Amino acid sequence: MNLTLKIWRQKNNKEKGKMVTYKVQDISDDMSFLEMMDVLNEELLKKGEEPVAFDHDCREGICGMCSMYINGHPHGPERTTTCQLHMRSFKDGDTITIEPWRAKGFPVVKDLVVDRSAFDRIIQAGGFVSVNTGVSVDANEIPIAKDVASEAMDAATCIGCGACVAACKNASAMLFVSAKISHLGLLPQGKTEKNRRVQRMIAQMDAEEFGACTNTGACAAECPKSISLVNIARMNREYFAAKVASEA
Amino acid sequence: MKLNAKSPEGVLAEKWDKHKFNIKLVNPANKRKYDIIVVGTGLAGASAAASLAELGYNVKSFCFQDSPRRAHSIAAQGGINAAKNYQNDGDSVFRLFYDTIKGGDYRSREANVYRLSQVSVNIIDQCVAQGVPFAREYGGLLDNRSFGGAQVSRTFYAKGQTGQQLLLGAYQALSRQVANGKVKLYPRTEMLELVIKEGKARGIVVRNLITGEIESHSAHAVLLCSGGYGNVFYLSTNAMGSNATASWRAHRKGAFFANPCFTQIHPTCIPVSGSYQSKLTLMSESLRNDGRVWVPKKIEDAEAIRQGKKTPEDIKEEERDYYLERRYPSFGNLVPRDVASRNAKYVCDEGRGVGKTGLAVYLDFRDAILREGRKVVESQLIEYNGSVKEYEKAKGKPYDELIYVEGKKIIEAKYGNLFDMYQRITDDNPYETPMMIYPAVHYTMGGLWVDYNLMTSVEGLYALGEANFSDHGANRLGASALMQGLADGYFVIPYTIGDYLAKIGHADKLDTADEAFKEAETEVKARIEKLLAIKGEKSVDDFHRELGKIMWEYCGMSRNAEGLKYAKGKIQELRKEFWSNVKVTGENDELNQTLEKALRVADFMELGELMIDDALDREESCGGHFREEFQTEEGEALRNDEDYAYVSAWAYKGENQPHELHKEQLTFENVKLTQRSYK
Ligand SMILES: Cc1cc2nc3c(=O)[nH]c(=O)nc-3n(C[C@H](O)[C@H](O)[C@H](O)COP(=O)(O)OP(=O)(O)OC[C@H]3O[C@@H](n4cnc5c(N)ncnc54)[C@H](O)[C@@H]3O)c2cc1C
Ligand code: FES
Repeated sequence: MNLTLKIWRQKNNKEKGKMVTYKVQDISDDMSFLEMMDVLNEELLKKGEEPVAFDHDCREGICGMCSMYINGHPHGPERTTTCQLHMRSFKDGDTITIEPWRAKGFPVVKDLVVDRSAFDRIIQAGGFVSVNTGVSVDANEIPIAKDVASEAMDAATCIGCGACVAACKNASAMLFVSAKISHLGLLPQGKTEKNRRVQRMIAQMDAEEFGACTNTGACAAECPKSISLVNIARMNREYFAAKVASEA
Repeated sequence: MKLNAKSPEGVLAEKWDKHKFNIKLVNPANKRKYDIIVVGTGLAGASAAASLAELGYNVKSFCFQDSPRRAHSIAAQGGINAAKNYQNDGDSVFRLFYDTIKGGDYRSREANVYRLSQVSVNIIDQCVAQGVPFAREYGGLLDNRSFGGAQVSRTFYAKGQTGQQLLLGAYQALSRQVANGKVKLYPRTEMLELVIKEGKARGIVVRNLITGEIESHSAHAVLLCSGGYGNVFYLSTNAMGSNATASWRAHRKGAFFANPCFTQIHPTCIPVSGSYQSKLTLMSESLRNDGRVWVPKKIEDAEAIRQGKKTPEDIKEEERDYYLERRYPSFGNLVPRDVASRNAKYVCDEGRGVGKTGLAVYLDFRDAILREGRKVVESQLIEYNGSVKEYEKAKGKPYDELIYVEGKKIIEAKYGNLFDMYQRITDDNPYETPMMIYPAVHYTMGGLWVDYNLMTSVEGLYALGEANFSDHGANRLGASALMQGLADGYFVIPYTIGDYLAKIGHADKLDTADEAFKEAETEVKARIEKLLAIKGEKSVDDFHRELGKIMWEYCGMSRNAEGLKYAKGKIQELRKEFWSNVKVTGENDELNQTLEKALRVADFMELGELMIDDALDREESCGGHFREEFQTEEGEALRNDEDYAYVSAWAYKGENQPHELHKEQLTFENVKLTQRSYK
């Protein structure tokens, strides 16, 4: 198939960007979206133009590195990551618009590459269990009900790609933050510090200038890993409980 | 030079404890006076950096991705082994040790492997304490599965995302130390040179991938946890960015490279679909528990399938060759990875491969679906007094269809996510038509040579995880790489590094203004300028693809002397062409992904040549290394313990100079060397 691509080009963080139109030919259905981008980049390179910069690594939908905003949706039309999107989701003659994640908390680095280090700082604020290496408690000492473990696992499945932020009109990071709070808060190992965790992570989230949550649910609808809105509700509950506890 | 592995003396089971007691300790108050560089944030790097910081050392942690959480370890699916014996099925530290040594075809060091088995149990405790959500049974205890043909259930897992969950555990521990001020993170930063002075590793030179700045970092010790080099082959299951530059640069500065030709080719990957292919996707090994591998008996049938004139369903039962079951009646479809891979190649070489390219074999779930379905339906039939008619009436479907529907449910519960992933990539429905698979490069057992302390042949330089060669010999068992990465990082290096640091003292550190750093910086800058100045015709990927083809063809699943020699010449030509005809656009002082790739591919080419030298030297077949000249009458690998029971450790001797081979002789005091047989 032949396609028209409208791609955001921006030299760096300081200069202004703009949409640039490209054509690609003979794209096969079996190609992944990123392989289609590889084809474009090879052509640009051979013409002596600069290839489009984009983030990617595993190309298996798990590292969370790929991050294209395609036709108005983070990761495009299917509920998966950009790297797992295949060209059979498009048809000959289509025009595809490709932009970076857009959010105050994720400044553009170049072209389609953004800076997501805010997510790392939120985890640093409290997204962990405070144990040092060398614990001597046997792993089976504390049984955990199967359904609790799998609920924690579902929340822990978040790949930290930032699609939730990109999907939200307020650029809120609530889904990402709540997934980690749920994962750890559900498990006995993480319960002890849950008040401190939720307060610190939310404070950091605010400091990174992510927007407020207005419960539109776009984040969960677009999440490639189907992280549920239940996590946000759980985080809110934990947050208020922690507030009350710290004020009492 | 005689390599000293520093394996402690004494009884196998007591070596590690004794060693821990004998090595020097750094006084707790002094730890904050030592700086340690950790390159890599995968399981090995993140666990090491976090643990060392907890002890009080100052750690600098580097990775090329935008966040430490994205290291390639994140992609591991199947699980992690540990000798917990929770299933009471006869597992033990010794059994895991024995399986690992034997699985590695007797080309690894006893003392290291035993220690790995010992600390495996601590890993699980540690991870659970961190909040890793491993799969559990209804009683709330940890679940295990049997993996990769192991005869005990010792594999712990978190859905099909074990690597992700273990890495997030280590990343969170690392993040906690960042908050404590003990770790400084350097994401999007690539190590391009190692700095050595007076024989000791003193630091590294890196490129800031966003600004292009070349910076020096100094420390008392440098840990390379930079992963494997499978991407030498261009196509592999590794992440796109996985590369050998950190190891290769260290190698050029004096660190020996061990067993470079030992690569693991995984039998169950999604086949290549076109020339634009950028990477290969692994389909979990567990599929071979239920899938049957076959190709048509007749070349004509295979041809008809390739041309789209026949479908697999058109091939009658008696016209199918279930070649693994035929050749290996006792292990059947569950033979080890190397055996399964090699046999897929053979049948495709014979012209019996399927798919458009002819480079694929079937993995068929039809019989498993029917078998499982029959079980369910037969048990339901009892409720209808065994009357098929009654049963069909009640269910509103014909009997055969009911069998299929019920069987499909069972298979879906086991492999649903894998089947979905397969369908997303190939657009085929594996419940209705057989999957197609083909082997792909997956893991590299070779790596930097290290002693028992994980120190390389350069003092103060350590290698951990897939970057070292230490524990898997000539073939790695499934679910053992995660175990090794975390063993190295959580439980070995925190002890062994103290011995070196205490010995050198905290004053023994170099300033980055020292000429050794300046020289290394100059070298790096010159390399970059050279690449940018070539302005040739071919893209970096063109070269990388060509390198991959050569390596896959001649140094892949099976090798012979003639082919290897030919390939060596080919690579030398390719390298020459690269340095005169590669096209790298853009500048250094910006985010320049083409330049990043070019630097990596330049190193891959040199490493490829060394892999070939090593494959040529090793005139035997063992594990993943199959030399066609050395096989039994039945076509199985023929090991030669008399002459080749050594680790090859190669020393770099200068640009375009032949490498020098050092041999670490392996001695086996606790296991008897036997020939692997899966007949
Ligand atoms: C698809 C797949 C599935 C797998 N499944 C399993 C499994 O089920 N069980 C199992 O045991 N094993 C499995 N493995 C193998 C296992 O995942 C790896 O061997 C292991 O994770 C490697 O960990 P590591 O820490 O050594 O390196 P990696 O995780 O590869 O990390 C390398 C790190 O080094 C950094 N780095 C590299 N070079 C540089 C440089 N020059 N400068 C700065 N930073 C650098 C990277 O940024 C990264 O942080 C699987 C592998 C693959 C490919
Ligand atoms: S590249 Fe890793 S999730 Fe897409």
